[in-house]
Amino acid sequence: MVLLQEFHSLMSQIPWSRGGGSALATIDRFRAKTLAGVQNGELRRSGVFLLAAGAGLVPLMAGSAHAALAKTPTDGADTLLMLIGSAMVLLMTPGLAFFYGGFTRAKNVLNTMMMSFICMGLVGVLWVVIGYSLSFGTGFNSPFIGGLEFMWLNGVGGPLGDAPLADGFAISATSFALFQGMFAIITPALISGALVERINFKAWFWFVLLWSLFVYCPMCKMVWGGGFIGPFGSIGALDFAGGTVVHIASGVAALVSAAIVGPRNVWPDRTRPPHNVPFILLGSGLLWFGWFGFNGASYFAAKAAGFSFLTTTTSASAAMLAWCLIEWFKQGKPTAVGAASGAVAGLVGITPAAGFVSMGSSILIGALASVACFTAIQIKSAIKFDDSLDTFTIHGVGGTLGALLTGILAVKEYVPADYFPLSAKILEEGGNFGLFIAQLKAVVFSYLFVGIGTAIIIWIIGATIGLRVSSEDEERGMDIVSHGEEAYEPMTN
Amino acid sequence: MKKVEAIIRPSKIEDVKTSLVEAGIIGMTITDVRGFGRQKGQVETYRGTEFTVEFLSKVKVEVVVEDDKVDTVIAAITGASRTGEIGDGKIFVLPVENVVRIRTSESGTSAI
Repeated sequence: MVLLQEFHSLMSQIPWSRGGGSALATIDRFRAKTLAGVQNGELRRSGVFLLAAGAGLVPLMAGSAHAALAKTPTDGADTLLMLIGSAMVLLMTPGLAFFYGGFTRAKNVLNTMMMSFICMGLVGVLWVVIGYSLSFGTGFNSPFIGGLEFMWLNGVGGPLGDAPLADGFAISATSFALFQGMFAIITPALISGALVERINFKAWFWFVLLWSLFVYCPMCKMVWGGGFIGPFGSIGALDFAGGTVVHIASGVAALVSAAIVGPRNVWPDRTRPPHNVPFILLGSGLLWFGWFGFNGASYFAAKAAGFSFLTTTTSASAAMLAWCLIEWFKQGKPTAVGAASGAVAGLVGITPAAGFVSMGSSILIGALASVACFTAIQIKSAIKFDDSLDTFTIHGVGGTLGALLTGILAVKEYVPADYFPLSAKILEEGGNFGLFIAQLKAVVFSYLFVGIGTAIIIWIIGATIGLRVSSEDEERGMDIVSHGEEAYEPMTN
Repeated sequence: MKKVEAIIRPSKIEDVKTSLVEAGIIGMTITDVRGFGRQKGQVETYRGTEFTVEFLSKVKVEVVVEDDKVDTVIAAITGASRTGEIGDGKIFVLPVENVVRIRTSESGTSAI
């Protein structure tokens, strides 16, 4: 995923975009002027300009600070890639619901699936209202958090929604905001895997809300919004499609929240096998399909996206194969659950690297992701930690491995300095080892930020709403307790 | 009258049904059941974690017959469901006090 540094560097060149009051006040002033001038034909043009300024399109109209990033009109094919990609990434969340739902007991499957589904409602609204603005705004002039100027997607994409995102980007700003929203939806949904079968649904609702605002949006800003971690910030780490923002963030949040919430009552001695393995396969298939959007469309350019589509699916194939072979040698039989888990591990592993590494490297990343995640799950079981559905051991570990391998395996030619200035500079001067160190710093920083942020949110919810259902309710089943319904009616006929 | 209850392998239910029908038995009730005997459970592995599944799927076949047909029924069931391996199941024979056909209120052997 490419950064939106232009907004930051160029907005700061416009004198009236910073001084005098908050970003919101500034925007309001623009809009007041604009509205006042609409009657006057002479002023109409400047009104449009001011509207565009409020919309963060100043970079497009005022000329670019980066000569290399030329002003580009919106391209239909590229924008269509983003729209199709958005629909595909959205489908990953129901896919994840099936993937997770298959693992739980029959009495908890609806609650487990709802923990993912509710994100499509809650985060879907939250993102448009303020999430996008906090992630990709520049109003606060901070490398850690965006601003308030894009609240309600105010002016994003210009009056018709078809204006390009920024200089050097031929996709429409609206398609970008939509695409990013789908990522914001699935990330908290991923965390649910660590907390299923015990967490109070009300607590989960508030967790998703607070975590999205105070952990996800800052992460998004820092990595993709021209902030601290990314190639326009201080660390210069690369993250193509969400190795840190999505997978390390959700994985670490899963680890920390599962540690605080504590294990299920039945863990570890009375746990049951997955109640519906076909659901797990269905879910992993939908995830794989959607990941073409997640990684593939993150190229932002239809002509070149074949590359990231290929690395994505190649890594998943290699990882699935590796996981099955590990099981075949170790246990004597390859399992369906293993095949599904391996595919997801490979998809996670390639996420930060999908546009930066060669085809051969994508196979290596996939295979190593399976080895790392399989090993992590065995360790988790040995130390009896209840990361119930392996969110940390697959997304956290796979994301971390992918982020680090991106440093080692990134190909210089795939990291153009126009779009990734600091990363390209590090790669030029320090080689892959230099970039590996930058990736390592990004990983450590993300672990600390997400870990501490998640812990604070979980503690606040624990102190106010309470985190868990009662032991009796846990025994009875989350579906009837949290939603008053059951997945499988015993007297159907 | 006797009730013959047979716990058999689920894969043998079609053979047992055919065999009973051929032996002149005109009705039966079957139920999906789970349990274990000497076969004990089986070990399943998910993501490298082993689960012991103690209760295995079986099918229970229930047939009520006149006393003189019990041996025929037992022979039909054992003949159709035996593999010779542990886990083939068991047959129980119980006395039945009365049988009533709901549609006509007939009772006794004529209701079988």
